[in-house]
Amino acid sequence: MSPRRRAAVVGVAESALGRTPEHTVLTQQATAAGAALAEAGLGRDDVDALFVAGGWSWSPAVVLSEYLGLRPAYLDGTNIGGSSFEAHVGHATAAIEAGLIDVALITYGSTQRSDRSRMAPRPATLTEQFERPFGLPQPVGAYALAATRYLHEYGARPEQLAEVAVSARRWAALNPKAFHREPLTVDDVLASPMICEPLHKLDCCLVTDGGGAIVVAAEDRWADVATRPVVVLGHAETTTHNSITNMPDLTVTGAARSGPAAMGMAGVGHDDLDVLEIYDSFTITVLLTLESLGFCKPGEAGDFVDGGRTAPGGALPMNTNGGGLSYTHPGMYGIFLLIEATRQLRHDYHSGDHGDHGDHDDHDTAPAGGQRQVSGAELALVHGTGGVLSSTSTVVLGRS
Amino acid sequence: MTGINVDAESRPFWDGIAEGELRLQRCRDCARAVFYPRVFCPHCFGGRLDWFTATGAGTVYSYTVAHRAPGEFAGQVPFVVALVDLDEGVRMLTRILGAGPGDVRIDARVRLDVARLGDAEDSPELPCFRVVEAA
Repeated sequence: MSPRRRAAVVGVAESALGRTPEHTVLTQQATAAGAALAEAGLGRDDVDALFVAGGWSWSPAVVLSEYLGLRPAYLDGTNIGGSSFEAHVGHATAAIEAGLIDVALITYGSTQRSDRSRMAPRPATLTEQFERPFGLPQPVGAYALAATRYLHEYGARPEQLAEVAVSARRWAALNPKAFHREPLTVDDVLASPMICEPLHKLDCCLVTDGGGAIVVAAEDRWADVATRPVVVLGHAETTTHNSITNMPDLTVTGAARSGPAAMGMAGVGHDDLDVLEIYDSFTITVLLTLESLGFCKPGEAGDFVDGGRTAPGGALPMNTNGGGLSYTHPGMYGIFLLIEATRQLRHDYHSGDHGDHGDHDDHDTAPAGGQRQVSGAELALVHGTGGVLSSTSTVVLGRS
Repeated sequence: MTGINVDAESRPFWDGIAEGELRLQRCRDCARAVFYPRVFCPHCFGGRLDWFTATGAGTVYSYTVAHRAPGEFAGQVPFVVALVDLDEGVRMLTRILGAGPGDVRIDARVRLDVARLGDAEDSPELPCFRVVEAA
């Protein structure tokens, strides 16, 4: 059997983040797509596949194709929540291996912070009718149910959840684009308003606007691109439930399946990984994911992240942009995990180069006390979680 | 107001609630209880499901106290939402009535209490629960 035709991430970009009333979901995705293609040294007409997730249209992939003037030969509108984009990378890689496409464009955009559109009450339909009428705030309430069970089963403490937010904030302090960069302590997290017990406000991700784009190319094209390709070594996805009521075990996510599958495909073990980008919708998401991925035993994730292990300067750098907790979280965050992992594996943050060409706000110098570049990073694990711990997808990326 | 679009599949369940009963399905092939209502058993994919009336007794599997809530529920905080494992072997999301912060623990025993959560006349009757034995 001939070796499989490899795929690599060759361009990444964010659009404007934070609060962006001057943007629409279309302009965000178009500007991010333009920047990601420009970084790769590719043009629009090189793109033969479009991958889009979002709830803003009956068919985001069709609408965005028209807007961008694309005539893709391959369309994928897979929407499994915040983990959609890791799945898109997997699907694009499979299509490249199969020889169906050469260059895939993956995009996301949201204006949720600017919109502040509270959805008008509408009747609960289909399976919603057994959950929504009880008034549980979503998605935070579902994650709170998982957190309560986790604390109960393992005797873990809210301080250990808070440690995840503190670690993220320390990385955010090194990221000029992060929404919150001021120092944060465990006590600050515990003193922030309670939302759904045991989750405080600072256990919850941000609500921001923002968009992003990723270009994935077949290895035949790598010689043409302007960046150092970041190779897709493994990928896998799954779902365990839709509503939190039907999550088989509130302390084990689909990462227990997609993680080993992606790592097996890549042929890497836990100790091989240099950097982790783990979806942090809530602090509990990270603890459950680390355990389900097998980085530590069930109930031990709190001890695992203790002492700054995943913070700047720690042994296992995680969420090196500040994460959904401190950097940005425009509804579906998964694309930003991939953007950050790619930049880390290209060593973009060496010597103060933030890897975003053309964005002059980026050239702040990093504050003393840490550097964002993970020294010598060769292998990254990217893990998305969607819905209410409902779907997961894992991608292993490697420096070429 | 969060109304409910009762459909052909869920009608027997909501008809039961209107009569103060919690009606579930049981699979004739694997004998396991099924909730929410389906045309196929999610355990064995058997297609023969019979309705029966549950005892209404269960145990708290997990819970949260909501201190913030959207829309019509904002005025009800703090309130307790729980996942309850019914004695028949299915799990439901529900509201624990008459309880506030510190009142509910995992493994508490609870019993069905059909109630309206909203003040509006068309607020639906829902399968809520009350703690009958603290954990």
